[in-house]
Amino acid sequence: MIWAGIIGALGIWAAGWFINTRLANGPQLQTRFVQILVPVIFGVTLILIWEWLVRMLGVSAVILPPPSAIAARLAQELPTVRFVSTLSVDFGGSKLWADFEQTVIKGATTGYIIGGIAAFGVAILADRSEFFTRGILPVGGFMAALPIVGTAPIFVKWLGSDWESKAAVVGVMVFFPILVNTVAGLRDTTVMQRDLMRTYGAGYWPTLFKLRLPAAMPFIFNGLKIATTLALIGAIVAEFFGSPTVGMGFRISTSVGQLALDMVWAEIVIAAIAGSSLYGLMAWIEGRVTFWHPSQRK
Amino acid sequence: MKSLLPVLTVVGAILLLWVLAVVPMNMHLTADQAQRDGLVVSPETPAARQEYSGLGLTLRNPKLIAATFVQERPRLPSPHQVAVEMWNTIVLKNITSKRSLVYHGWVTLSATLLGFGIGTSLGILLAVGIVYNRAMDMSVMPWAIASQTIPILALAPMIIVMLGSIGIQGLFPKAIISAYLSFFPVVVGMVKGLRSPDGMQLDLLRTYHASPSQGFWKLRLPASVPYLFASLKIGISASLVGAIVAELPTGARAGFGARMLVGDQYGQPLVTWAALFAAAITAAALVGLFSLLERLTLRRMGMVQA
Repeated sequence: MIWAGIIGALGIWAAGWFINTRLANGPQLQTRFVQILVPVIFGVTLILIWEWLVRMLGVSAVILPPPSAIAARLAQELPTVRFVSTLSVDFGGSKLWADFEQTVIKGATTGYIIGGIAAFGVAILADRSEFFTRGILPVGGFMAALPIVGTAPIFVKWLGSDWESKAAVVGVMVFFPILVNTVAGLRDTTVMQRDLMRTYGAGYWPTLFKLRLPAAMPFIFNGLKIATTLALIGAIVAEFFGSPTVGMGFRISTSVGQLALDMVWAEIVIAAIAGSSLYGLMAWIEGRVTFWHPSQRK
Repeated sequence: MKSLLPVLTVVGAILLLWVLAVVPMNMHLTADQAQRDGLVVSPETPAARQEYSGLGLTLRNPKLIAATFVQERPRLPSPHQVAVEMWNTIVLKNITSKRSLVYHGWVTLSATLLGFGIGTSLGILLAVGIVYNRAMDMSVMPWAIASQTIPILALAPMIIVMLGSIGIQGLFPKAIISAYLSFFPVVVGMVKGLRSPDGMQLDLLRTYHASPSQGFWKLRLPASVPYLFASLKIGISASLVGAIVAELPTGARAGFGARMLVGDQYGQPLVTWAALFAAAITAAALVGLFSLLERLTLRRMGMVQA
């Protein structure tokens, strides 16, 4: 059984690799279809090997559940979509939806917006003084590298265990990357550009809105994109320190305790989808706002 | 050096805000304590005091301000309390003591460094594979980039339990999480770095009739060093966060994460704050170390002017 399992896994790997090598060195290399197909085949190969090995080697579900069990759990816990006469979605019985709402919508998104607005405001204020800018850049960069997620127990103590404390942790976590990027972006205009604005007779505010803020947008979105991942991490990890009986972090830590690993994996799939969607959303908005920037040109 | 004064000003402003926040944050606690000690507090009952905000209570009891800074279990400790606690647990305690932050720091740091070493080595190897093999590039690279947008840290509790149930405990599970977190930044950074030589430079090597391995060792690898250091600085702080978070959900008995949890659960905020600051200092020291190495290496390689 063990040998059959290992040989089978190697066989699946070889098959996937063979197809990908052929595709990658084939004539259709540059087509968009192949560019998407190759990583998809790679992912499917890994999932097949995982499924195969777990079944053939008889790995216990409390160590590593097979992907099929995770998919089944996902399907079971998602909101049920029914189509009777109109399309209706039943969120009631879905643990995954309740956790998603608690952690991503209430915790992460609220904190992200608060932290983002605060960082933006401080950056605009600091920008008026060259002195403060020079101080904020190194200090903010330094703070962004610190394990801020460790402040979670303190915020839970101050604001209670519901989503407010998670939003606070997220707010602090996203504050520094956005601040540093905004401040750096506002400095990114050349003397020539600023002089041109002056020859037009533009004061501080018109220069800010018409030249410096648009020029800072690529930097600001860079900060916003980094912050999406941080926001989810903050919201999930803060729940390890205390939460109501709902939330992705809560579900992960309690399901691990109950050895219900299929549920844990289902939450991780949702977290991954939420993370990439938030990032994708920011990248999409960035494309709309900074369409003029060289990196966005097609 | 010219930014020393601005930096000190900003740090000073943050400290000042902190000190000012201590008074209203701890006022209710202090007022309750003062009443038990027989002082006259206005308003007189704890229930009535709950009606007031921390600031309002401060305005009514200005004589209690000094006492808010020396509470034994403050909601917000003052900077000097944290400093004293850190001094006591870092310098005065024997480093083998279970209450020494040096001991706990080493527990976390050893897992961080082991994981960082594993993650970085694997990351560099994978990056080399990606640069030299188009199939690998097309299969793996989209996943490596996408993985940076997902909260990998959520896996931490499960990895610990998974490895625990097959008998691996202690340092290694934490190191795995650290390795995982430092792996992807290094892959993405190194791929960018190994690809940074432009067509002109590659052509030059071809005119020298350089072999592919010479091209790697003499052009691509040196060219990737600045990118590598940028990734290492991201990776080491991610590794440290990973090791700390890995200590949380399992009830680890040692490490920065364990200290934060202990302080939280036993109502000793000073323990939590000291652990938090010690972790921050460790992270700063690690990032600073790599910045120093970066400067020395790049200067030695002639990539920056001395």
